[in-house]
Amino acid sequence: MIKSRLSMFRESVSMSLSNVAHNKMRSFLTILGIIIGVAAIIALITTVSGVTGEITSQFAAMGTGKFTVTVQGTALKPGLTETDVRKIEALENVDGVSVKLSSSAVAKFGSSWSEEVTLEGRNTAYFRRNDDLLARGRTLNRLDEEQHSFVCLISHDLQEKLFYGVDPLGKKLAVNGHSFTVIGILKESSGADVMSQALGGSGDETVIVPYTTAMRLVGSAYIRSLEVYVRDTDGTDDLIERTEEVLDAAFNGHDDTYTLINMSSLLDTMDTILGMMTTMLAGIASISLLVGGIGIMNMMLVSVTERTTEIGLRKALGAEPGQIQTQFLIEAFILSILGGILGIILGLLLSALLSSLIGTAFTLNGSAILLGVGFSAGVGIVFGWAPARKASRLNPIDALRAM
Amino acid sequence: MSEEYFAMRDIVKTYHVGGEDQMVLKHVNLFIEEGEFLSILGPSGSGKSTMMNIIGCLDVPTSGEYVLKGRHIGELDQHELAQIRCHEIGFIFQQFQLLPRLDAMKNVELPLIYAGVPRRERAERAEQMLVRVGLSERLHHFPNQLSGGQQQRVAIARALATDPTILLADEPTGALDQTTGRQVVELFHDLNDEGRTVIMITHDLKIARQAKRIVNILDGVLSEGVSEYD
Repeated sequence: MIKSRLSMFRESVSMSLSNVAHNKMRSFLTILGIIIGVAAIIALITTVSGVTGEITSQFAAMGTGKFTVTVQGTALKPGLTETDVRKIEALENVDGVSVKLSSSAVAKFGSSWSEEVTLEGRNTAYFRRNDDLLARGRTLNRLDEEQHSFVCLISHDLQEKLFYGVDPLGKKLAVNGHSFTVIGILKESSGADVMSQALGGSGDETVIVPYTTAMRLVGSAYIRSLEVYVRDTDGTDDLIERTEEVLDAAFNGHDDTYTLINMSSLLDTMDTILGMMTTMLAGIASISLLVGGIGIMNMMLVSVTERTTEIGLRKALGAEPGQIQTQFLIEAFILSILGGILGIILGLLLSALLSSLIGTAFTLNGSAILLGVGFSAGVGIVFGWAPARKASRLNPIDALRAM
Repeated sequence: MSEEYFAMRDIVKTYHVGGEDQMVLKHVNLFIEEGEFLSILGPSGSGKSTMMNIIGCLDVPTSGEYVLKGRHIGELDQHELAQIRCHEIGFIFQQFQLLPRLDAMKNVELPLIYAGVPRRERAERAEQMLVRVGLSERLHHFPNQLSGGQQQRVAIARALATDPTILLADEPTGALDQTTGRQVVELFHDLNDEGRTVIMITHDLKIARQAKRIVNILDGVLSEGVSEYD
């Protein structure tokens, strides 16, 4: 019995293949909808997951064990004082607070100068946390901070611009007329840092000095930007709450005095948004699968009508209704799977093209392929069912009479 | 006699057409012995096609009793009816009804697939049958490469493939010229001589006369002989 089922199945498959091959143009047009639908879904999922991966890794590169505070302050108190910062530093679970002051400056060495320099005041915590910034020399130390030393680190770009053919270490650099000793050179920033610059990193031509020195130079006693490093990331939310308490107290509870950005929650939000976008786009693409399924149903109905006599004959020769139904179902299934396979190929080509255009890495997404195959197979079965049932219910007498 | 071979008792078939019932077969009684060669003669619209459908288990009567090889056809389900059609009845149609995309061998193999015969044995039997009907040179020809007479021979080979007890032919010569038609009838004679029951349904008296026994159907009423016809 099983053997005869198997042989029936094989006959049905070869019969279906011959039918599909016989109506090449019609079959192709019928499965075009499936091809487009599956290709769209695959291309979308692959591309979006590539972009998501890129964004996530960029965010992760900036470190998730921290949050940043940008202070707007009030009219009377336009920033945080050092005392305020010490209070945050003293909170439990804080691994250090990095402060940042920035202003524009003019830097001069010998006869070359640059007017587009960013002067940044940083502290030791910043370098302790970001220990891969330095190319040569040393970073700031506690003494520099306490003594308001006139020492500086310069960015790679600034070195290129001002110190052509000269080793800057130990040289005197004039910043806004003040003489600073160059103690370190930063590494060249990578492209991935564009995002981190936007969120508080260092720019192209930068001079980094002790923040205490910078405060004197700028003539401000206030700090308006800081990063709080978290020791145990599980306690991040709790720490944020306590930091907010400190900040609220510092500004007497006034509204809109500071902005607190939590990297990991930003990442979560981003993930959610991208996930929603993927689902939505895939949903739109699956409409074309629906249309493709209707196309298959239409072709199968036509096929049933065309082959009425064949169905009648098969019944006369001993085919059971179930066998007729199976044959037509297999035919619909083969059509849609064929569409699915072509759609996957087209979709992968498309996503390879898209990812090379966008500049993200092309990754073969196994679940997307599975989804494509599953979807098209499902469409074949769902939309092939009604015509197959119609065929199986044909009265053999009527069928044979339709000559 | 342990079981009845072929018996129709008081068969009535009613079709529901356009809101009213139309009685196509009116209390038909027909008894056939194994090995008979019988013609059912009648003009179009006489109910002979309905007779064929009921004899061939493609349709069941509205009332009455039909026994084939001891089995009461009216009590069988779809599955069992399909089995009977497959194993007990060999159909031959006026328009041959060969599948155009299959060659002669594959066409003959078709009922064997539904009978669950393994692939190799199918091919062997199909070849035997085609040789039997004189088409040993045409095994892999497609229907459109064969003449009408040859196509009908393929159809007969197909009908013989499952070794059925009854050959049921519906106007088997209707689409053939006289000579090939006669050859087909001669083939039926040979098969009948081998002990097979042959039932031929036709409107052509000349063809019907080739059989050993003729029953006449007119307006759904069956009678022995050709009395009311011509």
